[in-house]
Amino acid sequence: MTNPEITPRTLYDKIWDAHVVDRSESGTCLLYIDRHLVHEVTSPQAFEGLRMTGRKVHAPERTIAVPDHNVPTTLDRQNGIENEESRIQVDALDRNARDFGVEYYPVNDIRQGIVHIVGPEQGWTLPGMTVVCGDSHTATHGAFGALAHGIGTSEVEHVLATQTLIQSKSKNMKVEITGRLAPGVTAKDVVLAIIAETGTAGGTGHVIEYCGEVIRNLSMEGRMTICNMAIEGGARAGLIAPDETTFEYVRGRPHAPKGAQWEAALAWWKTLHSDEGAHFDKIVTLRGEDIAPTVTWGTSPEDALPITATVPAPEDFQAGKVDAARRSLEYMGLKPGTKLTDIAIDAVFIGSCTNGRIEDLRAAADVLRGRKLAANVRGMVVPGSGLVRAQAEEEGLDQIFIDAGFEWRLAGCSMCLGMNPDQLAPEERCAATSNRNFEGRQGYKGRTHLMSPTMAAAAGVAGHLVDVREFAAENA
Amino acid sequence: MDKFTTLTGIAAPMPLVNIDTDMIIPKQFLKTIKRTGLGVNLFDEMRYDREGRELPNFVLNQPAYRDAQILVAGDNFGCGSSREHAPWALLDFGIRCVISTSFADIFFNNCFKNGILPITLPQEAIDALMEDARKGANARMTVDLENQTVSSSDGQEFHFDIDPFRKHCLLNGLDDIGLTMEKAGAIDSYETQMAQARPWV
Repeated sequence: MTNPEITPRTLYDKIWDAHVVDRSESGTCLLYIDRHLVHEVTSPQAFEGLRMTGRKVHAPERTIAVPDHNVPTTLDRQNGIENEESRIQVDALDRNARDFGVEYYPVNDIRQGIVHIVGPEQGWTLPGMTVVCGDSHTATHGAFGALAHGIGTSEVEHVLATQTLIQSKSKNMKVEITGRLAPGVTAKDVVLAIIAETGTAGGTGHVIEYCGEVIRNLSMEGRMTICNMAIEGGARAGLIAPDETTFEYVRGRPHAPKGAQWEAALAWWKTLHSDEGAHFDKIVTLRGEDIAPTVTWGTSPEDALPITATVPAPEDFQAGKVDAARRSLEYMGLKPGTKLTDIAIDAVFIGSCTNGRIEDLRAAADVLRGRKLAANVRGMVVPGSGLVRAQAEEEGLDQIFIDAGFEWRLAGCSMCLGMNPDQLAPEERCAATSNRNFEGRQGYKGRTHLMSPTMAAAAGVAGHLVDVREFAAENA
Repeated sequence: MDKFTTLTGIAAPMPLVNIDTDMIIPKQFLKTIKRTGLGVNLFDEMRYDREGRELPNFVLNQPAYRDAQILVAGDNFGCGSSREHAPWALLDFGIRCVISTSFADIFFNNCFKNGILPITLPQEAIDALMEDARKGANARMTVDLENQTVSSSDGQEFHFDIDPFRKHCLLNGLDDIGLTMEKAGAIDSYETQMAQARPWV
C-alpha cells in the first residue's frame, strides 16, 4: 500500500485504498463493494447458489435489481413476455429480488431501464464508490469517479454473500485528450478514436483515467459514453475525476445524499483526483483537434477509422492480424478501398448503455428534425430508461423520431445485443450507437457499424454512412 | 469446483485474435438459469450452420480435436461481455485449459472460478505450442500447475506465471466465498468504520 502522506496517488489508488477490507501476504485484497447492480441474465445462478448454501444477501440495501437484457421494447410488453426462456429469467429476477429483499424496478416501472442508465439516474452511483455488476459495461459508472467494473456470475454470488470481492490491483493508465473537439465530433468519436489508437487489448490489466481539456468539457452523458467503452479498450475500468459537472448531475437525485451528508460527501469527493506527480504505468495522449467523426468497418471495436477514410486491406495489418482482418471484411461484406461514405445501410439503431441517454436522443433528434429515413432503411430509437423516454416525450423528441420514420420503443438493451426480439437479419447492415460490432452480436450474420447518435441519424437519412459535418452543411 | 493439478490432453489450435465471448457462446444461449449444458453450443455460430449441421472446417468438428481439453488461442482471448456462460460452455465441452498471449480481464477471472486454467505465455511460446497443436490427436500436451509448466508433445517445456492465491484455490478446488466468509469480522469492522467515515454511502 502506498503511504498517502508521502506518495502521490492516482484517483484509482485513492478509491482502492479507501475500500481495502483485508490484505493477504501475496498482495491480493478483499475489496468492499458499495453498490451492486443486478440484472436478469447473469444473476439467476448466483441467487441459486445462495439458496443451495443457505446464504443471505449480506447488504440488500446496497443492491439494486432491474431487468434489461431480455425485455421486449415493444409497446405491448405489459401483456407479458412472449419468449418463454426470457420470461423465466425475468420472473426469476422478480422472485429473487423479493425473496432476498433488494431494491427492484420491474418491467413496467417508469424507473426501469438499462442498469447502467438507471444507477446514475437514481443517484445510486456516487463519486468514490466501488460499483460492480455482472455486466462488462459497468465501466460506465467510472464517469462519476467511481471504481466500477464488470464481474462474472460467480463473483456476483460472492458479492451478494459477502459485499466484497477478492481482487488484485490493476496498473494505472492515463488517457489524456487535449485541446478542443471540432464541431460535429462527440464523446463517441473520442472513445472510438482512443480504441483505434490503443487496440482492444491496449488497456488489459489497467484501470484507465481519462483526463484533459476535452474530457473536462464533456457533460456527464458524454463522460458515461467514454467510460462505458473502457472495456472495449480492454481496461477493467475507466475513471474520470469528479468535478462541478459531476456534483451538479448528482445533486438532488433520489438516492444522493442530502443536507449535512451532502456537504460531508462533497468535501470528500473534492479530494478524488490524481495527485501531482502520481505514477502512471502507461500514458496515451490524443489531440482533440485530430479526432474526426469515427465509424467502425470491421468486427472489433478497434476496427475504427475517421469517416473520411476507406476500407482497409488485410495486407495493411501486422502479421498476427491479417487473418482477422480478412475474416472481418468477409463477414462485413466489404471490399478494400471502398470509401466509408459509400457503404449503404439497411437499419439504424439509436440506444444502448453507450448512447441511450437524453442528450444522445436530443442530438439525434436535432439531425432528424423535419427529415425522413431513406427508403429501405428501418430505424429504431430505444431510450435507456423509462425516465429518459418520458423526458424525451416531454421535449417532443418522440414525434421527431416518429415523423422521420423511426419506431419509438420502450426502455431496454434491445438491439445492442439482440437477446430480445430486436435483432438484425442476416447480412442486414446497421448504423448503431451501441458498443460492440462483434460477429453475430446484433443478430446472426448481422453487420454493425458503430458510431455516434448524430452520425447514425444522418446515415439513416442519407441511406449510407455519411460525414455528419458535410451532411449538416448540405442539409442546412 | 473441480481441482486442477495436472492435465495431459489434446490441444486444439485457434490462432484467431480477439476471440470474444459472443463467439464463445452467442447470446441466445444466455437465457438459461443453469450453469450446465452449454457445451453443445460452444462456438455455436462458428461450429454449425443455420440448420444446426456441423461445419467441417471448424477445428472442434475435426475428428482429431473433438476431445480437445486444451485450446491454444490468439491474442486477447475472451474479450467482450462478462458472461460466465463462456467458461461454463468451455468446461461443459471438456476444455480445462486455454493458452494465449493475453486474455481479457473478466474472462480470465471467470476461468478460475470454474476450475479452468488460463495460461499466458510469450508469442514465441505460443507459436511453438500452436505448431504442436496442429499435429492433431497424437500430439498431447501436458500442463502441470504445481510446477507451472506446459510441455509440448515433443518435450519442449515452457514455464508460466500465476498468482499464488489463484494457484492455491485451483490446486485444492476451493470455493472462495467460503474463504471470504472466514473474514466476516474484518468485513463487519470495515462497515462499522465506514458508517462513521462515509455515512452517505
